[in-house]
Amino acid sequence: MTEIKQNHPAATDRYGVNPMYLFRWEDTQNAYVLLYPEGIVKLNQTAGEIIKRCDGEHTVADMVIELQQSFPGDDERVADGVYRFLEVFRAKGWIRRQA
Amino acid sequence: MPKDGSVVRLDGEGKPLWLVLELTYRCPLKCPWCSNPVDFDRCNGNELDTDEWKRVLREGRELGALQLGFTGGEPMLRDDLEELVAEATRLGYYTNLITSGVGLNEGRLVALKNAGLKQIQLSLQSSDRALTDSLIGATAFDLKIKVARMIKSYGFPMVLNVPVFRQNADQTAEILALAEDIGVDYLEFANIQYYNWAMINREELLPTRAQLERAEAAVKAARERLGDRMTIYFVIPDYFEGKPKACMNGWGSIHLTIAPDGAALPCQEARLMTDLAFPTVREHDLAWLWNESPTFRKFRGLDWMREPCSSCSEKETDFGGCRCQAYLLTGDACNTDPACGKSPHHGLVTDAVARAADPARTLKPLVMRTERAARELEREAEHG
Repeated sequence: MTEIKQNHPAATDRYGVNPMYLFRWEDTQNAYVLLYPEGIVKLNQTAGEIIKRCDGEHTVADMVIELQQSFPGDDERVADGVYRFLEVFRAKGWIRRQA
Repeated sequence: MPKDGSVVRLDGEGKPLWLVLELTYRCPLKCPWCSNPVDFDRCNGNELDTDEWKRVLREGRELGALQLGFTGGEPMLRDDLEELVAEATRLGYYTNLITSGVGLNEGRLVALKNAGLKQIQLSLQSSDRALTDSLIGATAFDLKIKVARMIKSYGFPMVLNVPVFRQNADQTAEILALAEDIGVDYLEFANIQYYNWAMINREELLPTRAQLERAEAAVKAARERLGDRMTIYFVIPDYFEGKPKACMNGWGSIHLTIAPDGAALPCQEARLMTDLAFPTVREHDLAWLWNESPTFRKFRGLDWMREPCSSCSEKETDFGGCRCQAYLLTGDACNTDPACGKSPHHGLVTDAVARAADPARTLKPLVMRTERAARELEREAEHG
């Protein structure tokens, strides 16, 4: 139970991109991409906007507020999406929780 | 070097996402499974210079290339490697160095780090010093282990690349333990593919199915033990599967290799097709070579296929397998890859696998990759 809880993002958590990965905008794809040993991931807009804020500065709460402002309409859906995506990205090894 | 099973399947939308630069075919090792052409010495004195490589880098980015491999031969033999890595970093590539470790001292490692190198792929052939040194024809085991630890101490992500063949397949557990001790991030058991030097030595190098099954079991156990700490790639090679590999994600689909003399290749083995022309970056720009060159267009897409490929339900998954292997084993690159169970030539592959398991067969000494052996093999070929 405790273990599962530890893997869920908390509002005060900060995330950073796994240093093994290179995250950047790529003009030729018109998208954010993640490059890593032997792989390429082209990110959709939502994923790109979230990972852009995994900079060690933004807390998850900051991220939610900014994205709710950028994508107004359904605040609850945006917040749910951020938490859900962060969990998926962490499990994939793309991002790490900062100490 | 992109490998069977380790490449994310993706649609490049016509872009060469993976660019591989074979900076030189020169190498201090003599590995008898080398994927370089048998006549590797033809590029001696004819390698692209620093400015020519920089132009390739610029034109590659314009075409949408993202992943970049510096390989060889041994790329550390190029004094301008650091300069080329710096230029590639400036252009926005994810830079990978594929090396034997020979020539990679601490000074150059620091320079490469400063130049923005992202990742290093180091080869290791065995967990045993004497076996390693005899297989590669050089005294390098201790150096490789030292280089591996040095790479980790500078914080590079590291792929330890282990070519798999009969001589080392039973050391899988020991190699896994060694990789864990070093702190390797990715361990790739790359079952060697039988072209060029590996093809010359196929009878001696091909493992048995039982060996591969034991190796796979060791990998499975390690995965359970190590979890996320180390990613382990292990793919049963096409000879044993009855299914062809989706080679290079399709010909001219996402991979572009530039040979030391500037020849543009759809894969690193393609030059073994002696009836195809491979124009160079000295004659054309990269856009023409990728988009217009008849060689790249020849097997792009599915239109070149004949039966049993053309009516096969798998054709968009495996692209008929490997053109080079079809050429090498059947003499015609338009044939189905004989690794496929549906190929009328499949017996060529299953016979080789059966011979590998025959305890009574005679094993010959390995033909090491040397210039002398290359000349002898060329002479033999000329005299039929």
